[in-house]
Amino acid sequence: MSSDNKKPGVPGAWDFQSPTRRQLLIGTAALAGAAMLPRSAWAQAFPTSVVNTTGLAVTDTEVTVGILHSVTGTMAISETGSVQAEKLAIEQINAAGGVLGRQIKFIQEDGASDWPTFAEKAKKLLVKDKCASVMGCWTSASRKAVLPVFEQYNGMLYYPTFYEGLEQSKNVIYTGQEATQQIIAGLDWVVREKGAKSFYLLGSDYIWPRTSNKIARKHIENFLKLKVVGEEYFPLGHTQFNSVINKLKLTKPDVIYAIIVGGSNVAFYKQLKAAGIDLTKQTLVTISVTEDEILGIGGENIVGAYACMKYFQSLDNPNNQAFVSEFKKMWGAETVIGDVTQAAYLGPWLWKLTVEKAGSFDVDKVAAASPGIEFKGAPEGYVRIHENHHLWSKTRVGLARLDGQYDVVYETADLMEPNPFPKGYQ
Amino acid sequence: MFMEYSLGDLGSIFAMQAFAGLILFSVYLLMALGLAIIFGQMNVINMAHGEFMILGAYMTYLCSHLFQSYAPGLYDGYFFVAMTVAFIVSGGLGLIVEWLLIRHLYSRPLDTLLATWGLSLIMQQTFRSVFGAREVGVELPAWMMGSLPVTGSIEVQINGLFVMVLTLFITGIVALLMFRSRWGLQVRAVLSNRVMAGAAGVNTQRVDRLTFGLGCGIAGIAGSAFTMIGSTGPTAGQLYIVDTFLVVVFGGAQSLLGTVFSALSISQSQSIMEFFMSGSMAKVITLLFVIGLLMLRPQGLFVLKIRK
Repeated sequence: MSSDNKKPGVPGAWDFQSPTRRQLLIGTAALAGAAMLPRSAWAQAFPTSVVNTTGLAVTDTEVTVGILHSVTGTMAISETGSVQAEKLAIEQINAAGGVLGRQIKFIQEDGASDWPTFAEKAKKLLVKDKCASVMGCWTSASRKAVLPVFEQYNGMLYYPTFYEGLEQSKNVIYTGQEATQQIIAGLDWVVREKGAKSFYLLGSDYIWPRTSNKIARKHIENFLKLKVVGEEYFPLGHTQFNSVINKLKLTKPDVIYAIIVGGSNVAFYKQLKAAGIDLTKQTLVTISVTEDEILGIGGENIVGAYACMKYFQSLDNPNNQAFVSEFKKMWGAETVIGDVTQAAYLGPWLWKLTVEKAGSFDVDKVAAASPGIEFKGAPEGYVRIHENHHLWSKTRVGLARLDGQYDVVYETADLMEPNPFPKGYQ
Repeated sequence: MFMEYSLGDLGSIFAMQAFAGLILFSVYLLMALGLAIIFGQMNVINMAHGEFMILGAYMTYLCSHLFQSYAPGLYDGYFFVAMTVAFIVSGGLGLIVEWLLIRHLYSRPLDTLLATWGLSLIMQQTFRSVFGAREVGVELPAWMMGSLPVTGSIEVQINGLFVMVLTLFITGIVALLMFRSRWGLQVRAVLSNRVMAGAAGVNTQRVDRLTFGLGCGIAGIAGSAFTMIGSTGPTAGQLYIVDTFLVVVFGGAQSLLGTVFSALSISQSQSIMEFFMSGSMAKVITLLFVIGLLMLRPQGLFVLKIRK
């Protein structure tokens, strides 16, 4: 699908590579002096006629990208952070000289939490605005809605959210984790660390929690040979959890595995606490609560819970410290940064690196050049794009603190391989 | 499914389950009261009910911050002030909305549906612009958190008790107002025959405005109370609106007693079924049950006897 760049006849395959490589050499030579050269000279090394053969919105000085998220409607809660991160990345890239000497200009469209609107806006960004790439979408439903548009009009989408997997496209780079990257290492950790034997799986009733819990159940039962004592789903927006809390009290699972999202999240943790289930004594693992969600839940209601993510704001490395301070400088000291926000920040950077490797803005060349792209400056640490267009990244476990941040208590030694179509888990 | 548990365990779980049902009943009733007044007594379909609730929730959020900064000593009692503020602000906005919007639509009840739905969108976006798109966390005084141990294994949630007492109190006041006060008499008179009531000297405009304001104010109190159990965000009101209409319509729109009984039956069946099956299935069966009963009794559980 995305990785068949050796297939003859596919634009972006080897027959286009020699001019590309030459451009790259010139580029590398120019790079040394780039800081001293005026911007236009940088761009002259990559004439627009060469780097843009498909009529994208690229001029000698500018390149246009799209940002497509919901800033109104229910999903605005979650997507605001992604928009902020993408704008920060674009600003930083511009300050560092842009992409192939061109400043990034963005056009922002509002998906309005409505999936047909996402598709319509995606089409506008690709057909009318000729965006060289689009950073956008959050829910799987919105991604599924725009996917045919990106494939039909040959656009490039950088998608930031951790999601259920079972998808791969030439036109999408998935900068978040697919389900196995988020679930398996976390379960192994809790079994090893807490000696857990029994699990109770909970989730909101839609594709991501259901697929994720399916993977969790297969892993628990078939690979770890342990027991799942219950599995339950609640309609989105459900606010009454007292009955299931009583069931938890009756079955006394070693681990509550919770994938509840949105407003339900807040109700669930508040009621758990009110019912006297103390998360510092009862192990709870979630893959759906980032620092963003804790703002609504309240640190005092979730302190002691474990979250499996690839990124926490508290990560202690120089990249992340710089990222957090820049983010707060741009968006205010009160803002918090969750896993998806960081993944959204990767989008523009990965695109820039890919374009510079390809020596072209053309979508086919960018798609073909994507596998193997490395980003050493990522706040989460080194990441690399896999042939399946997902990212190699580490899995981390965080322990929720009273102040709404996480302490990182575990991280995998190696990068986890993305595997959107896991065998034995479906 | 119960074979492996001891009798004592089961006993305490059933006791707590019964209590969970009562909490759900109080929550449903508190949500529905404001709407029952507006929908039942005025025939206005207020789709912005949830947003009036969230307005109350945001007032609570503001109060908690004000108390934290300016009167930390009184923090334990802030919730009562917050509920009063929520009532006044939501009720006040209700009065304004009635004057600007609703009073022009009394002869066209279906249009109130569209108008108030538009209003709900405007309110949502206003919340988003003022308080931000993200949910806010409302902190509670320490005494309202946690649970009271009744016996070794039975625990009773304090915030659940609080909602129950509050619901009883508000329901009592509404019942008094409706059935024992002069104003209540006027409301009922306007409901049964607007023209005649006007001819008999009732100021129908004033009655309407106050009724709408009261309904919105009660929604504000409900929203304030629900900060204990749910989320506070620009669109959180949408979480409540379906259940609220369900309770009111099922009970028979014009009967307060009907609202009470319908909240009781829906909450108990929901709560019991949730224990034996998954949350989604319980909801499906509850809805089927309500649809079935409404097919048999389209006017709802309780009906006022009015000569048509």
